[in-house]
Amino acid sequence: MSRAVEEINRRMLRARDAMDRAYTQPLDIPHLAEVAHVSEAHFIRTFKSTFGETPHRYLQRRRVERSMFMLCETARSITDICLEVGFTSLGTFSRTFSEIVGVTPSEYRARAVIKPVPTCFTMAYMRPSSFGEARAKNGA
Amino acid sequence: MYNGINMSQIFVLDQDKARDFYVNTLGLEVSNDLDLGFMRWLTVCVPGQKGRDILLELPGPPAMDEETTETVRELVSKGATGFTLGLTTDNIQKTFETLKARGVEFTQEPTTHFYGTDIGIRDPFGNNLRIVQRAEVPGTPYLDPPAPKTKASSGKSGR
Repeated sequence: MSRAVEEINRRMLRARDAMDRAYTQPLDIPHLAEVAHVSEAHFIRTFKSTFGETPHRYLQRRRVERSMFMLCETARSITDICLEVGFTSLGTFSRTFSEIVGVTPSEYRARAVIKPVPTCFTMAYMRPSSFGEARAKNGA
Repeated sequence: MYNGINMSQIFVLDQDKARDFYVNTLGLEVSNDLDLGFMRWLTVCVPGQKGRDILLELPGPPAMDEETTETVRELVSKGATGFTLGLTTDNIQKTFETLKARGVEFTQEPTTHFYGTDIGIRDPFGNNLRIVQRAEVPGTPYLDPPAPKTKASSGKSGR
């Protein structure tokens, strides 16, 4: 019984890794379900029970995290960054960013401080929370 | 107080599979594989670096109860054990190609950062391992060990 849970966890992790590798690409649930060897409906449900959020939300937060990184690290335009991380419209990007981070991309950039830490840690720890902590921290 | 690190530990879910992966796939070498009766003492190291060993530990009773064991196993399998192991190489591209040919699962293909070029991989159980070819960037605080204080040291990066 528990070995089955481990096997399912491992498959969900494999699908999540696939999202992290291809976060600029559109969310491809059929492909991810295939990576995880489960049906599409089962995939979304199981991913959520494993990691606490839907695949869609996971990907949004990954993209927002990468955009936060680029806003700090580069001088590229916000439109460029929006497209680079996989959003297709500036409106959706700005709205999603503000909703998750609590400030707009340009406000975030103005306050940003470059953190000289390895990217694997920024990817793990800077991915903004869905649960409001980032908003609280940013005073919004 | 201290003069080195001799041992660190990774929880694995099957020691035969772990030995096969860490040795035959990843390219480490077995430094100990002993049946202590109450546990299998399985350690690996970078080839030639015995004394800096990684214990591939199987979680289970009596060290922990059944329920805790299941929790640990679940955390490993969902990749929640954090940054488990970091290795260095002097040829990241070749290492990447070798591991890829051996069917390793990557969390990140070679990517260049200010501190070097690295890759991320998973062991068969879900642990997160990273391999880096470090850039020669003196002054990166936690990546450049301080130069040993010897008469030969003259402010170089110490590597």
